Amino acid sequence: MEDDAPVIYGLEFQIHIIDFDDENNIINKNVLLHQVGEIWHISTSPADRGVLATCYNKPSDSKVLTCAAVWRMPKELEPGSHESPDDSSSTAHTLELLCHLDNTAHGSMACVTWEPTGDGKKVISLADNHILLWDLQESSSQAVLASSASLEGKGQLKFTSGRWSPHHTGTQVATANDTTIRGWDTRSMSQIYCIENAHGQLVRDLDFNPNRQYYLASCGDDCKVKFWDTRNVTEPVKTLEEHSHWVWNVRYNHSHDQLVLTGSSDSRVILSNMVSISSEPFGHLVDDDDLSDQEERRPEEKSQEPPQDSVIATYEEHEDSVYAVDWSSADPWLFASLSYDGRLVINRVPRALKYHILL
Amino acid sequence: MAAAAAGPGPGSGPGDSPEGPEAEAPERRRKAHGMLKIYYGLSEGETAGRPPGSDPLDPTDLNGAHFDPEVYLDKLRRECPLAQLMDSETDMVRQIRALDSDMQTLVYENYNKFISATDTIRKMKNDFRKMEDEMDRLATNMAVITDFSARISATLQDRHERITKLAGVHALLRKLQFLFELPSRLTKCVELGAYGQAVRYQGRARAVLQQYQHLPSFRAIQDDCQVITARLAQQLRQRFRCGPGTLTHPAGVPGLPVAVRLPHPPHPEFCQPALHRHLPPRREGGSGAPEQAECVELLLALGEPAEELCDEFLAHARGRLEAELRSLEAELGPSPPAPDVLEFTDHGGSGFVGGLCQVASAYQELFAAQGPAGAEKLAAFARELGGRYFALVERRLAQEQGSGDNSLLVRALDRFHRRLRAPGALLAAAGLAEAATEIVERVARERLGHHLQGLRAAFLGCLTDVRQALAAPRLAGKEGPGLAELLANVASSILSHIKASLAAVHLFTAKEVSFSNKPYFRGEFCSQGVREGLIVGFIRSMCQTAQSFCDSPGEKGGATPPALLLLLSRLCLDYETATISYVLTLTDEQFLVQDQSPVTPVSTLCAEARETARRLLTHYVKVQGLVISQMLRKSVETRDWLSTLEPRNVRAVMKRVVEDTTAIDVQVGLLYEEGVRKAQSSDSSKRTFSVYSSSRQQGRYAPSYTPSAPMDTNLLSNIQKLFSERIDVFSPVEFNKVSVLTGIIKISLKTLLECVRLRTFGRFGLQQVQVDCHFLQLYLWRFVADEELVHLLLDEVVASAALRCPDPVPMEPSVVEVICERG
Repeated sequence: MEDDAPVIYGLEFQIHIIDFDDENNIINKNVLLHQVGEIWHISTSPADRGVLATCYNKPSDSKVLTCAAVWRMPKELEPGSHESPDDSSSTAHTLELLCHLDNTAHGSMACVTWEPTGDGKKVISLADNHILLWDLQESSSQAVLASSASLEGKGQLKFTSGRWSPHHTGTQVATANDTTIRGWDTRSMSQIYCIENAHGQLVRDLDFNPNRQYYLASCGDDCKVKFWDTRNVTEPVKTLEEHSHWVWNVRYNHSHDQLVLTGSSDSRVILSNMVSISSEPFGHLVDDDDLSDQEERRPEEKSQEPPQDSVIATYEEHEDSVYAVDWSSADPWLFASLSYDGRLVINRVPRALKYHILL
Repeated sequence: MAAAAAGPGPGSGPGDSPEGPEAEAPERRRKAHGMLKIYYGLSEGETAGRPPGSDPLDPTDLNGAHFDPEVYLDKLRRECPLAQLMDSETDMVRQIRALDSDMQTLVYENYNKFISATDTIRKMKNDFRKMEDEMDRLATNMAVITDFSARISATLQDRHERITKLAGVHALLRKLQFLFELPSRLTKCVELGAYGQAVRYQGRARAVLQQYQHLPSFRAIQDDCQVITARLAQQLRQRFRCGPGTLTHPAGVPGLPVAVRLPHPPHPEFCQPALHRHLPPRREGGSGAPEQAECVELLLALGEPAEELCDEFLAHARGRLEAELRSLEAELGPSPPAPDVLEFTDHGGSGFVGGLCQVASAYQELFAAQGPAGAEKLAAFARELGGRYFALVERRLAQEQGSGDNSLLVRALDRFHRRLRAPGALLAAAGLAEAATEIVERVARERLGHHLQGLRAAFLGCLTDVRQALAAPRLAGKEGPGLAELLANVASSILSHIKASLAAVHLFTAKEVSFSNKPYFRGEFCSQGVREGLIVGFIRSMCQTAQSFCDSPGEKGGATPPALLLLLSRLCLDYETATISYVLTLTDEQFLVQDQSPVTPVSTLCAEARETARRLLTHYVKVQGLVISQMLRKSVETRDWLSTLEPRNVRAVMKRVVEDTTAIDVQVGLLYEEGVRKAQSSDSSKRTFSVYSSSRQQGRYAPSYTPSAPMDTNLLSNIQKLFSERIDVFSPVEFNKVSVLTGIIKISLKTLLECVRLRTFGRFGLQQVQVDCHFLQLYLWRFVADEELVHLLLDEVVASAALRCPDPVPMEPSVVEVICERG
């Protein structure tokens, strides 16, 4: 995908596609109109880079209902396609509707998540207290409800967030409702684990470690970021308490899972280095073959000191609450964060750390 | 003298020396002395001593020895004018008169003495003469006596020699008779049981018989004696082996009991009747060790092999002492009628330790000749039995661990330790005293641990009480409990517990306790044990317990009542400011710490306590903030903001928020000081809602806020934020009321803001938010340090609501005010 790092974020009625040219440090913006309503959640298909799903508020007279739909963006705007004409940035394009995920029976859609490794045919959406698995058929033009499960319990249970695990051949999904995190098996649509009171308050977001199959990160209104081993859910493996207000987002780096990004409504973005629970053991011998005897000792010395988790950097560019952070899918050292006031900030992992991890 | 004085008298009148008047008085006295000296024949010596300036031969010197009145007169007449002569004369006359009267006085004074002296001398002369006669007579008498005496001794010489010879023969005969009678005497002695006497006889005769054994008659006697002695030795041995009780004596020694194998040693020091009431049979044991010692002594005197004897002796002693140990063990027993620990150590002390003492001293006395090998045997013996005794004592003391009575324990330990000093001194090699000290130290250590546990339990108990006190009035629906009072109760109760514990462990170091001067009790016990282990340990554990409330899983605040957090926080803060240093000073004073080992400084502890207080207070803020923000959140999330009606009232939840905040303010105010506020304009409550929303039209930045231009608002709020400081929602809390309240309100309002941003509002929904925010602003500003903060957050809420509203028509400020005032 060359050096371009496309980032997609939503704003009322519009989807902006931002092209970031790393070499020239140039940002390009393309606007897609999203006419059906304001967007609350957005996710892209892992198989087809032109396809994305949104959750949006449908304007109605008395009630707000959040619906979900699958869209295809115009070909020339697909991220990575270099033919996109520069002058198109000023003109607004329209999204092509592929299908609606019909939720009339289930209530408001909180989020849509794609099967991470498949062919972009399976989507799970969370609607109020239902978890719905959809099959997209006929090149995504038709969504068929394959199976569903619902959460029963006291009070009005509502899913807030969900995440499809990239491991286990895509059979596991984690969801969050209130303070509880649940794991589901997509084959039987039954619950496989449940972390009660994972956070003191509402759980805002989840993310799976891309390299360690049982590791899960969560964040919530108690200002904490917790790391779980889903095989043993009584205690978190690790807890971070760096933020001073709700943590809205947590994201593992796609290739170096010790790098964890969190965004919070204290308007900070924090990049942490969770060495102790990453898939790369600290002091990992990358290539001992090339090292001379003298140098060979060095990694040993390093491995003797205990791995230390630390905050790498705190980014304070935002003036208001940060509601979304994500890593670039093209460049593992690049990430973006978006705040309430509409400011998008693109940052790089510090160079020193990058070389430390690589070498 | 009279002549000298009279001489110059008449003629010297007018012609006196011209220097007379000034040097008169000393001069005169010197003159008088000089003349007296001449009279008593001292003139020669005196002249030598005279100053060379004045010529002794000067005839004109009135006081000189060679004074010549004629020359003097001539000189006067020649040299002096008339007036001076007249003066001289008068002076002379006056002097003469004075001298006359002096002389008369002297004569009268001494006259009587002279007379009586003369009489005495005369009488003495007469007496001596009489005495000389008497002495002469005495001398002659003495000569006669000497003569007679010599004659008498010459006469008696002969007889004296004969008497001496006869006396010698008599003694020899008596010895012989003793020898001949010896067998029968010995037999009789043995029969009577007077073994001592027999052994003495035998000892006396043995050498003689040995010497004269070539004579047949003596030989017979010797044989007889040997037979008897052998019998005697056998009897003694038997008696020694079986103990005195089994021997029946023909003569019937009344003091000896029958069939008591292991009598109690009657050491007078330990023979306290009270101690024997549990063991009545022992009273009969009248004799024991001393008698055995006697046997051994006799056997030794009979020349029996010492080594064998000392083994046997020890075997016997072992039997006795083991019986003591068994009885002690019985007291321990599986189902003890358990005497208290003091009684137990008394029994041990009197029974076992006393017996051991006796055995040791008797052994050392008897077998002193055995040298180091014997001493080693005894030491091994003492070590083994002592070890068993200690094991028993430790088992008993272990039962004591649970009890709270320190004084009894200390007294028991003291007695135990004191008792063991005697055998410890006797048997330094056995290491009994050291072992005893070790046991005492171990018990002391365990006691410290016990007290630490006690203090912890007391603290937890206090907390439970507080919880109950906090819960009870609430159920009754009354006002909040007297937090300050509760705090004072807790503090004083803990302090009194600490003091009680200190006093209890202080018993270990009391002067009258025998082990208090051991190095452990002087040093390590005080510093490491009491100060570090007990006091510092307790304060640390208290902080930990308090901190554990912050980490409790019930983060929703259900587990710990917030008031308890507040109270603990204040308690820790009080500890930091005063109590810790007070308690440590108290400890240092009571236990004069001489140990040099490093101790935790007061400042470290204080820092820990302060950290705990800070964490507790922060946690309190979080918990209370959470309670209020949950309220706000539910109120925002559950309402349908799109189809709400035009606002008529402030929503009830806002009133509730203000009420709760006021309640928290009161609660915190009970324990914490007011704190500092940022100076503000005098009448803040009048600041109406014009600042938010409508102020955007005429306000400070003079932009135009129109619903159709949301980007402008964004820009505006961004610019505003550039100039205002970032609000740290969960910022550290200071120890005062304002800071606490500021924290709680910040958390609540930030929650409100975030919740509002997640909703979509209709026109009236927005207006309701406007009203609510104005209401909050009216009442919340007074609680916070910087009211600008409240304004900022509330502005933000209304602005966000406006952004989330498709039809943003704000309400007229005046209407908002009216509604708020009405509500």
